[in-house]
Amino acid sequence: MEMYVLLGFVLLLSIFLGLELISKVPSTLHTPLMSGANAISGIALVGALMLSSAGQMQDILAFGAILFASINVFGGYLVTNRMLSMFKKK
Amino acid sequence: MENLANIQVIQNIIYIMSSVMFILGIKMLGKEATAVKGNYLSALAMFFAVAITCLSLEIDIKIILAGVLLGGLIGSLIAVKVKMTAIPEMVALFNGFGGLATFLIAWSQFNEPDNSMFQHVLVMLTIYIGGITFTGSLIAYGKLSEKLKLGKGSIITNVFISFFYLSMPALIYVVIEPSLIGLVPQLPSYFVIFLVLTLMAGIGFVMPIGGGDMPVVISLLNSLSGIAAAFAGLLLLNNVLIVAGSLVGASGLILTIIMAKAMNRTITNILFVGYASSGHAASSEEQGEVKPITSDDAYLILENASSVLVVPGYGMAVAQAQHVVREMGELLEGNGTEVKYGIHPVAGRMPGHMNVLLAEANVSYDLLAEPEDVNPSMDTIDVAIVIGANDVVNPSATEEEGSPIYGMPIIEVHNAKTVFVLKRSMSSGFAGVQNPLFFRENTRMLFGDAKESIGQIVAEFKD
Repeated sequence: MEMYVLLGFVLLLSIFLGLELISKVPSTLHTPLMSGANAISGIALVGALMLSSAGQMQDILAFGAILFASINVFGGYLVTNRMLSMFKKK
Repeated sequence: MENLANIQVIQNIIYIMSSVMFILGIKMLGKEATAVKGNYLSALAMFFAVAITCLSLEIDIKIILAGVLLGGLIGSLIAVKVKMTAIPEMVALFNGFGGLATFLIAWSQFNEPDNSMFQHVLVMLTIYIGGITFTGSLIAYGKLSEKLKLGKGSIITNVFISFFYLSMPALIYVVIEPSLIGLVPQLPSYFVIFLVLTLMAGIGFVMPIGGGDMPVVISLLNSLSGIAAAFAGLLLLNNVLIVAGSLVGASGLILTIIMAKAMNRTITNILFVGYASSGHAASSEEQGEVKPITSDDAYLILENASSVLVVPGYGMAVAQAQHVVREMGELLEGNGTEVKYGIHPVAGRMPGHMNVLLAEANVSYDLLAEPEDVNPSMDTIDVAIVIGANDVVNPSATEEEGSPIYGMPIIEVHNAKTVFVLKRSMSSGFAGVQNPLFFRENTRMLFGDAKESIGQIVAEFKD
């Protein structure tokens, strides 16, 4: 239980940190920020890799989680990079 | 045993390191000069976090390789092939997959023996948020790519909306279920019912929301996928999941608030009420005549203008007119005219939609201005060209108190000396409000496809 309290603390602090960090973003970067953040939410891949493997059902669930998180990670970062490379100042 | 403990320590140190990199990365992503580096940094953080997790695996390595390689291939293909105009639905789709991953993680965790009460609650919450993010994003994808036309009012939509409301008591039931054992008769397979209901609920959540409100919905779903990941982190006692998930949750929340403010509406109003029930303004009757204009006349006026403001909207995206718009802008500049682009935060279907399209067409980003920047000097603008935008330039928002969009910050093009409105027909905008701008003394309507109309002006300039 102590662990949860500690991690709950980390959770709250990170949310506040995020709100402070991102509060002023120029509208030009709204889409790349959203898409970049979306790629970060692919961190679920780490969670998927931590799953246990007891029986066929668990294997299927783990495979699905890894597959979809990977699509999120690779697709998210690549599309963000493609988008950002278009923003140019002449 | 000691070896295992050592591995855990190393893993946690690397997790903290990648958390810091994620924080710096997302911070850099918020500034034009550092955005590209920020994205690389966060990708590197992801790589470290994933690689170090692989030091202690329970799952068969073949399953992992198959999943990562296949997922990586599909994701990369989509990312490389997608047209820039399809970005909004792409982001929605990727977001949905992230939600699905957390949904499956929590499901797998549910199957574990001896979960504590607290873990049980976390499992259910993660499933709920992840599931709603998944199907909600799929519906957003369908709506944005115009494959799904169902909206508010249809029977199917109403059925799904009732699933959404049913899912809330269901969530409460599954959360307290373990403590009910012996008190009430057990519902067989309640968990499967909950899974299905959650997925249905996501559909019912997004389906009634209209296209013009999509910037808010996409940002919110983005935020939810982060929160789901953070909850999964709590469940698995993993700090990098918590930090990265919270950052995404926070950034999505900020965008949601920015979008809602730009419409002067509350988030609940956008999600659960919509425009239809905000009451109709009765006053906009005395409309008068519209003054149509041809491309030739428009060219003559533009040729003599010394300052031009282009205000794009969703119509520009539909007509794919961004490239001709850039061409016209360059020709005008060559003619000695000062050209600026006025971008409203909610123009288009996602936050920053117009900025992406114009960037794709090679418009320099320092020419793009926000409403606060262009409104004070609007009366010095010779010609404001409105391309497929409607509600974001509707003067009712500042002048007509009864109007459903009253109070929404707009780009006040009606104060410019002349306004060109490029439009296909006289239909009203997403909000369903008639736009008095079209009937103003200084407004000229250029009817037709925006791409063709501007193409003709460009051709005249070249002659």
